Amino acid sequence: MNELTGRIIKYPDNVNTDDIIPARYLSSMDMDMVAGHAFEDYDPGFKEKLRDRCIIVAGKNFGCGSSREHAVIVLKKVGIKAVIAESFARIFFRNSINQGLLALQLDGSSEPFEDGDSIRIDLDRAAVENETKSTIHRLKPFPRFLMPILNEGGLVPYLKRRRGWELQGPL
Amino acid sequence: MAEVDLLMLHEITGPLAIRAFEEMGFEGVWDPYKVVVVFDHNVPPSDISSASMMREMRSFVRAKGLTNFFEIGRGGIAHQLMAERGMSAPGRLIVGADSHTCTAGGLGAFGVGVGSTEAAAVLGTGKLWFRVPETFRVVVSNRLIEPSSPKDLILEVIGEIGMEGAIYKAIEYCGEGIRAMSVDGRLTLANMSIEMSAKTGIVEPDEKVASYIRDRTGMEVELLRSDEDAEFEETFEFDASKIEPLVAVPPRIDDVRPARELEDIEIDQAFLGSCTNGRLEDLRAAARLLKSKKVSPRVRMVVAPASMEIYREAMREGLLDIFVEAGAIVCAPSCGPCLGMSQGVLGPEEICVSSTNRNFVGRMGHRSSKVYLASPATVAASAIVGKIMDPRDIR
Repeated sequence: MNELTGRIIKYPDNVNTDDIIPARYLSSMDMDMVAGHAFEDYDPGFKEKLRDRCIIVAGKNFGCGSSREHAVIVLKKVGIKAVIAESFARIFFRNSINQGLLALQLDGSSEPFEDGDSIRIDLDRAAVENETKSTIHRLKPFPRFLMPILNEGGLVPYLKRRRGWELQGPL
Repeated sequence: MAEVDLLMLHEITGPLAIRAFEEMGFEGVWDPYKVVVVFDHNVPPSDISSASMMREMRSFVRAKGLTNFFEIGRGGIAHQLMAERGMSAPGRLIVGADSHTCTAGGLGAFGVGVGSTEAAAVLGTGKLWFRVPETFRVVVSNRLIEPSSPKDLILEVIGEIGMEGAIYKAIEYCGEGIRAMSVDGRLTLANMSIEMSAKTGIVEPDEKVASYIRDRTGMEVELLRSDEDAEFEETFEFDASKIEPLVAVPPRIDDVRPARELEDIEIDQAFLGSCTNGRLEDLRAAARLLKSKKVSPRVRMVVAPASMEIYREAMREGLLDIFVEAGAIVCAPSCGPCLGMSQGVLGPEEICVSSTNRNFVGRMGHRSSKVYLASPATVAASAIVGKIMDPRDIR
């Protein structure tokens, strides 16, 4: 999975995990049902957008607030393949790695991206191309230290195979 | 990688952790004495699904022989419980499947929130990877002047640093204004560090922390502090004596304004409680204002002490009687109202003044409802008047 293309859903700064999935749905273990309520209050048009889009591009501090991993689980369930943001809240970022969801940091600003643009993410070159606008932007390289977890598809398969941690090198 | 001293799970994030733990193929937990299981989010359960999740947690607790399990009615909100049981102590690395695990920093512990899968990894291995964070230093001079409270101070800090201002940083709180503060107040400060997206918040521990833990456990703790020559990425200075009663205006936690500028806003509900402000000192501050007064007929007031220990002490001191006499309802210790789960969910267009920590869109209920965050005293003053009210304007 070194290249990914798709149209984007654009969100501003400080999208929180209550926005992604309101707490009233957390007292259920039926994740398909829970996923049906993703962005329900924050963006009532979200479901419609999913018909032809699979990448979120957001501003600063994406996924702030609650630690609920449900926020990442539901994004994966509804078919989101990657989230690109200027910055991520710490727990959301870790949850994304652990669930195998690509959480990529965009150096600088998300301004050159508009809702509905088509983009191409090139992980090897740490770059994202806005195909609609014919512009190329640098991504922050994903921490190599964490690649083994992402390559396994998340922390559950990673630990299932090893039964312990083998992460090495600088973060 | 670091060795974890304590792991906390509650009934919302816990079942996902248990299932991930089993999927990973672990059998025994790394240390059954170091896992804290608390029911606190929807207590007592308001629906079958919540009851089922608690049931799943109970059977895991039994099967793995976990010793620190707190059943409904015998605990309280996890972060408060871990403080009052002497678990949150200086130098401890505490990991919790809840973002407000940073509350432990009020007693000098390093408390961090994680997701359920990482909690599962800790259950199995006792270890987790960490990035060493850069540190912001918040230096507070002078003392707070009542009715201004630690909540008003932390709202001022959040207004200054901003809701995305401390991503992945640790925040250290120190100075005369902090040393003068009780443990209750320090827990409030550390608790809200996550609202600036910080990794954790730590209050420099002193003799008050040592005696708090000694009184509760008989244990002597080492007061670990930053080195004399420690480097801080940034230092922020505040004068506690200048802090006024403040309110965070929805939907931004960092849109902080003096309560006096908002006194024309009518409210439907007042909530006093949560891991932020459900402690004894908070209940006392509200009771002082509510004594011999009534909650406005247009307002319902909900009070939920943060733990059973606080509940009983508030009962002994007559605080609960003051609340009920004033027309408030006293509920079980629970996170329910703060996140719109139970015991005080808001309907369309309703406005709540709340002593909690988040004023996100729809946080306490319907997407068109609004949450204004304030101190316990401001919550009580507003409940009496039926509008947002600076407690200094109540007579």
